[in-house]
Amino acid sequence: MSLLRRPELDVGPSRVGALRENRWVRFALARAGRLAVSLWVLATAAFLMIHLVPGDPVRAAMGLTAPADAVETRRELLGLNDPLPEQYVRFLSGVLTGDLGDSIGVQMPVADVIGQRLPATASLAVLAFLVAVGIAIPVGVAMGVITRGGRARRTELGFAATSVVLGSIPDFLLGVGLVALFSVTWRVLPVAGRGGPTSYILPVVALSLGPAAVLARIVRVEMLGVLQTDYVRTARAKRLRRRRIYLRHALPNAVTASLTLGGLLLTSMVAGTVLVENVFAWPGLGSTIVSAILTKDYPLAQGVILVYGVAVLGVNTLVDVALALLDPRSTAGDA
Amino acid sequence: MPARLPRPGRPAGGRSRRVLHALRTPIGATAAAMMALVALTAIVAPILWTDRANAHETASILAGPSAEHWIGTDAAGRDLFFRVLVATRLSVLLALGSTGIAVGIGLLLGTAPVLVGGWVSRAVTWFVGIAVAFPGFLLALFFAVIFGAGQTAAAFAIGLAGAPTFARLCQTLTGGIMNRDYVAAARIGGVSKLRLLTRHILPNIAEPLIVNATIGAGGVLLSFAGLSFLGLGVSAPAYDWGRLMYEGLSGIYIHPVAALAPGLAVMIAGMAFNLVGESAARALGLAALGELVPTHRLRRPAPLAAPMGSDEPDDGAVLRVRDLTVAFPTPAGPIHPVRGISFAVPAGGAVGLVGESGSGKSLTALAVAQLIEAPGEVGASELTFAGEAILGGDPRAHRHLLGTSLAMVFQDPMTSLNPTMRIGWQLAEVVREHGGASRQEGWERAVERLSAVRIADAPRRAHAYPHEFSGGMRQRAMIGMGVMGSPRLIIADEPTTALDVTVQEQVLDLLGSIRAADGVALLLISHDVSVVATVCDRVLVMYAGRIVEELAVDRLYGGARHPYTRLLVAAVPDMDTDLATPLPTIPGRPAPVSAIAQGCAFAARCPLADAVCRETDPEMVDDGRGSRVACWHAGEPFPDDAVPTVAVPVAVPQGESRGNAGGFAAADAGAAGAADCPVAGSPLAGSPTPTPEGGSA
Repeated sequence: MSLLRRPELDVGPSRVGALRENRWVRFALARAGRLAVSLWVLATAAFLMIHLVPGDPVRAAMGLTAPADAVETRRELLGLNDPLPEQYVRFLSGVLTGDLGDSIGVQMPVADVIGQRLPATASLAVLAFLVAVGIAIPVGVAMGVITRGGRARRTELGFAATSVVLGSIPDFLLGVGLVALFSVTWRVLPVAGRGGPTSYILPVVALSLGPAAVLARIVRVEMLGVLQTDYVRTARAKRLRRRRIYLRHALPNAVTASLTLGGLLLTSMVAGTVLVENVFAWPGLGSTIVSAILTKDYPLAQGVILVYGVAVLGVNTLVDVALALLDPRSTAGDA
Repeated sequence: MPARLPRPGRPAGGRSRRVLHALRTPIGATAAAMMALVALTAIVAPILWTDRANAHETASILAGPSAEHWIGTDAAGRDLFFRVLVATRLSVLLALGSTGIAVGIGLLLGTAPVLVGGWVSRAVTWFVGIAVAFPGFLLALFFAVIFGAGQTAAAFAIGLAGAPTFARLCQTLTGGIMNRDYVAAARIGGVSKLRLLTRHILPNIAEPLIVNATIGAGGVLLSFAGLSFLGLGVSAPAYDWGRLMYEGLSGIYIHPVAALAPGLAVMIAGMAFNLVGESAARALGLAALGELVPTHRLRRPAPLAAPMGSDEPDDGAVLRVRDLTVAFPTPAGPIHPVRGISFAVPAGGAVGLVGESGSGKSLTALAVAQLIEAPGEVGASELTFAGEAILGGDPRAHRHLLGTSLAMVFQDPMTSLNPTMRIGWQLAEVVREHGGASRQEGWERAVERLSAVRIADAPRRAHAYPHEFSGGMRQRAMIGMGVMGSPRLIIADEPTTALDVTVQEQVLDLLGSIRAADGVALLLISHDVSVVATVCDRVLVMYAGRIVEELAVDRLYGGARHPYTRLLVAAVPDMDTDLATPLPTIPGRPAPVSAIAQGCAFAARCPLADAVCRETDPEMVDDGRGSRVACWHAGEPFPDDAVPTVAVPVAVPQGESRGNAGGFAAADAGAAGAADCPVAGSPLAGSPTPTPEGGSA
């Protein structure tokens, strides 16, 4: 993981105005370019995936007992007998138009299966994402303020211990533990499935608690660093209210640094949904990819992996945009 | 996971000693004990308990914990406790196997640039850069699609998924080593690439690589449990912890422990790998995230040396400081960088505080401004600003006074402005906070003040962020921030040190004109005697946390009596300095604040020092002419041979250039002469002041 780099750009006075007008344009172009390249790599990897399967994927999918001509027909149907470049072009244009081929197992277009399943996963992931960030930033900032300069060592120790323990519980184990406690023993929350708002509580907690703990630790460390900077000293020299020093001067800088380090944590939550969905029998993409792998439904697996990959790239882009909004230097350094 | 990279500047030797030392720390010992437990179970459990783990007991299916079955039985009536223990071996072996694959492929990809170079290496680096953006478990699922389910397939899937992270690590490590001199020498000497890799690179990256692999193995263990839990990893009849969880989940209504117990085992083993790796990283000096240097809590500072000679309470002083101390706790006990100093800044006057770095002058500035935060502690028998005692009590009570009447200008304008806030708002918030101004009023005042500090096109530039300003502009904006209120004192801590020489003069000029126009007093902290001589009326000379001499600026050249002041002044070159002779220097190094010896702190470097100096710290003595000095040998001539570098007849400036030199009484600290303080481009022309002792050289 790369540490925060802040390119210092000293722009002469005459260019200030021009830079201000162009900064967002340049940032958007550079970021979009990077996103496009990543998407292309992702799509290519997804395309190659099916061709990297050892042996004949269709034979593997249909089983050893399937008649040879049936396998051949299916191969023809999937276009696997065409020259590779032709398949590649067809795949890429299919991805662009939302046509991901047909599922072997479910006998319906992959795009339709994903369309049915995506809302469940997306709502879960977005909620967990918000909860994790919503817990981590206030807690981390508060802990940074409370424990700055070696104050409140006991609190610091307690926080460190709690966050380390919470951060090292794997999400699926946490999910199982939560079910055992809240659904089986106390019977206050639904054990599985997606229903009303209460059904979201346990999966979201299982998914967000660990990342929230780790992110809170990062935010605290960044906050401690920011509180020692010269510009916070300047803010104190202006005798601003403490609240303003922490929230207006320290917070944006601490969050910027934390997001740079914590971005990977947030993308890992996308993958985390797969396991947590399986704990809670959540009708999302997580159970779809598992059954697709087990039944060797390659087109479906291909499509779902593609969706996950896009989600990760989306989170990365969101983090970068957030950074750009919070820290004007991150856009200046681009291009 | 954050990789642990080597920290520069650590010696390489004594590895085993440091690892042993790490074992004695609580975390290191816990890690080692957990690791030993996991390893022992992995070796012993399958030998001893495989039969009991596989024995079906149809009488007790999905039974809860009992004396016979500590954590109950599974759906086939098999004892879960022993199954969890026996599963240790397979779980750990698979994790190690996957980690090996990840490290191996990572090493191959990461060191490829050394072997092949050219576009291949760039392509590999580029590809790795994209791959590391995807979470490992997602990559594992990608490879699981290709390889299918099953334990060998899962081992390869997870191994390949971990490879990009290790490739990135190897690239970073290798890059660092390739830049070293001896590698460059070997390359010029024609050493083959392969030999370069095996002789120079691999031995050097092995240590951090192993440490990171150990930490990584913990994560791999979890990933493997995850895949098995999904039914994509180990399949029946074999079982690892993830498989046991998968089986337990179906019976969670009846028997939740069946799913939880193997999960707990995963966590313990995962933490064992993590902790061992982290402690090894710490012991070997690899940087870890969020590491902080521990400090001891400071006890109340011990009463310090007797107060210095108090000066006359001069009326109209905007700042009065008596017996100011600053203490900081360190692991070795508290240090006192400022040791009881007293001075006053007259209203509208300009006082310079000079000394070498580490003399405590910046801390004095911060302490006076009430900007020292815990664990630092400030003490004083008097600290009065604008007639109000500002030390102690509720800091909020003095907020308004300090916020409007005391301005600070810091050394580094690059870091002293908030990078995420527009300059205009950073200025405006001063009057919004203290003057109750509206946004609009605040902004207008900010623009007006920016123009006042000679920022061209201020209405537009107020919208800029600090990184869009040049250094000089930023420092002027800082000064503009200080004059947002109606300051009575500006404390400027090395305001020109970080700036280009050409810009320094503008900033000093600006400070001078603000003084002249508004009658603002100035406390200028600088290591540069000539800067202080240009701007100030009075000079405080600080050494090792004490003021050793105070004098009017017109006496600085020639009239100084403390040996330190005289050496400091002599060390400043000017236009008349003979460049053929070596510049005079002060021998030795500044006394460290952590270990100030008995007696005069300057004795070790002083050409005049004798036994008395080394025994007793001299008191501050007022000479009745407005100067104070703390020296047993104040004003005595230097022995000719004592300080050869200084004895060189450098044309020590004979006085100072200010037209009104001597035109005001030294005692009133220049309130009269304050207004017309020109910024001299080339300082220090002739002057009537005689040089009683400096001239003997």
